[in-house]
Amino acid sequence: MATSELDLLKELGDAIRESRARFCYECGKCTGVCPVARYDNGFSPRSLLVRAVRGEGERLVDDVNVWSCLTCKLCDTRCPAGIDYGILTKAVRAVVRREGGEGTCTHGGAVQSLTKIMTARKLKQDRLEWVDGSMKTKKSGDTVFFVGCAPYFEVLFEETGASPLDAARGAVRLLNAAGVTPVLLPNERCCGHDLLWNGDVENFRMLARQNLAMLEESGAKRVIVACPEGYATLRNDYPAHFGELPFEVIHLTEFLAEAIEGGELEFGGAAEETVVTYQDPCRLGRHMGIYDAPRRVIEALPGVTLVEMPRSRERGICCGVGGFQNCTSFSKMIQAARLREAKATGADALVTACPKCEIHLGCALSDPALSDELGLRIVDVAVLAASRLA
Amino acid sequence: MASAGSAESAAGKSAAGESAAGKSAAGESAAGKGVGAAVGKREGGASAAGAFEPRVVAFACNWCSYPAADAAGINKMQYPPNARIIRVMCAGRIHPAFVLKALELGADGVLVSGCHFADCHYLFGAKRASEQFEKTAKLVHLLGLEPERVRFEMISAAEAPKFVRVMHEFVDDLRKLGPTPLDGAEQGELEVPGAVGDEHT
Ligand code: FES
Repeated sequence: MATSELDLLKELGDAIRESRARFCYECGKCTGVCPVARYDNGFSPRSLLVRAVRGEGERLVDDVNVWSCLTCKLCDTRCPAGIDYGILTKAVRAVVRREGGEGTCTHGGAVQSLTKIMTARKLKQDRLEWVDGSMKTKKSGDTVFFVGCAPYFEVLFEETGASPLDAARGAVRLLNAAGVTPVLLPNERCCGHDLLWNGDVENFRMLARQNLAMLEESGAKRVIVACPEGYATLRNDYPAHFGELPFEVIHLTEFLAEAIEGGELEFGGAAEETVVTYQDPCRLGRHMGIYDAPRRVIEALPGVTLVEMPRSRERGICCGVGGFQNCTSFSKMIQAARLREAKATGADALVTACPKCEIHLGCALSDPALSDELGLRIVDVAVLAASRLA
Repeated sequence: MASAGSAESAAGKSAAGESAAGKSAAGESAAGKGVGAAVGKREGGASAAGAFEPRVVAFACNWCSYPAADAAGINKMQYPPNARIIRVMCAGRIHPAFVLKALELGADGVLVSGCHFADCHYLFGAKRASEQFEKTAKLVHLLGLEPERVRFEMISAAEAPKFVRVMHEFVDDLRKLGPTPLDGAEQGELEVPGAVGDEHT
């Protein structure tokens, strides 16, 4: 599917305008702060941007650097010209992909295959077997809990020690404890986040449409999402592609923080003392601006003390892989450095709100040398909070 | 079979790609294309009842199942021609991703066939293959596909009759199941009531 050069330039032109890329004065702060560039001296967000602006779009097709960006938006926070690298990267990838360029999918492309399989309309998944009798859920109602790909990740990433399903179970228990019986969609599709950031807009839209149709059918007025990527995608990208949504999208920690402060959610007394530090997922933090809600939840837990890493909140470091693509030795270096930083705070556990942070950092921690050195646990905020329910 | 040849080298390359964990973009996508060539396009389709011919992708280990298929051919044993065989150096290389890729591209069934545990040329490869396959089977279950669409077998080089029997059984099972629900022809964008903004892509 070759695009005419004119279309290509037009599409890039739109993204360049929207992202303010022309305002770049090549100060190089983006490259200076980039977690990938710190280890991979062949990668530079600045030079990628400059090449896109110069109209070298077609020459980017064979450039592996197009796919090296984690899209963590750390560069955005430093850019004195206020450039939005996220918009630019997304557009460049979509264009490059249509011209035949491709990133290297991690895990043999298993995640991408799963999500593309989910575009099939005839598919009838069997994805709710993790729900047990102790959880209250229903078939239709005004609050939907959007589970995300947790059931699949649970199988695929068993070795990393991550359990996204425990997080989903924790989330449902917490919702129940706060008096909410959520609707779970039996045939929910992947939100399409990874495909979108891999540049595969077409398949992203197929997934989004199916999810939107199911959500509307369920009668949802409010959709609670625990996965930050799903949250960012539902809240930002779905409306950008399909117009205003007929429901509100909120993140689990936003809901929990409010429920705690409103007195609807209470935790039990005698629990084991623990010191934790919090990993800001890039989608939740820099993409969506939610830094306080997860901290409010953690601080409300009995026996839990929160300590901060030097690089937290807007300065938080990404877990090293974005969109299950281009996991390299540099990713491992980013992860190891991040885990050491977490340990240096004196914490026993690293708490995160994102299944992918848990998977990627868990993968780095499955190196016995590193796990022996650090003795750190990684735990999802929903699992930690649910373990302190009265 | 031309496709088996190219797919074989593709799978070989991807093995290097994954272990290097480097920036080589060739590895996995090359394996994907190999599988794609093996799945091919359905000719005529499954329109008339009974005319459905399942498309099978079979991953066969170079040291056992592939020679078994060879021996079946040399001995002129008859078996259904529905499978495109992709030869791999060891069934332990068959990550769930390969099976999923075949399904994604429209295969009606996928067979993974390796050595008996003690016979694997790479010590624990066949064991690894069965562990990987367990994951594959779980994922296939989550997707709501029939468990019979994927199959794991251990067929040694001396077991040509077993290879023939497995092929018969598998193709018969798939015939009963009918075409995969993942056939590309049925996909497409779904109309969302009330959604607007199609022009924005
Ligand atoms: S060599 Fe045949 S399965 Fe390993």
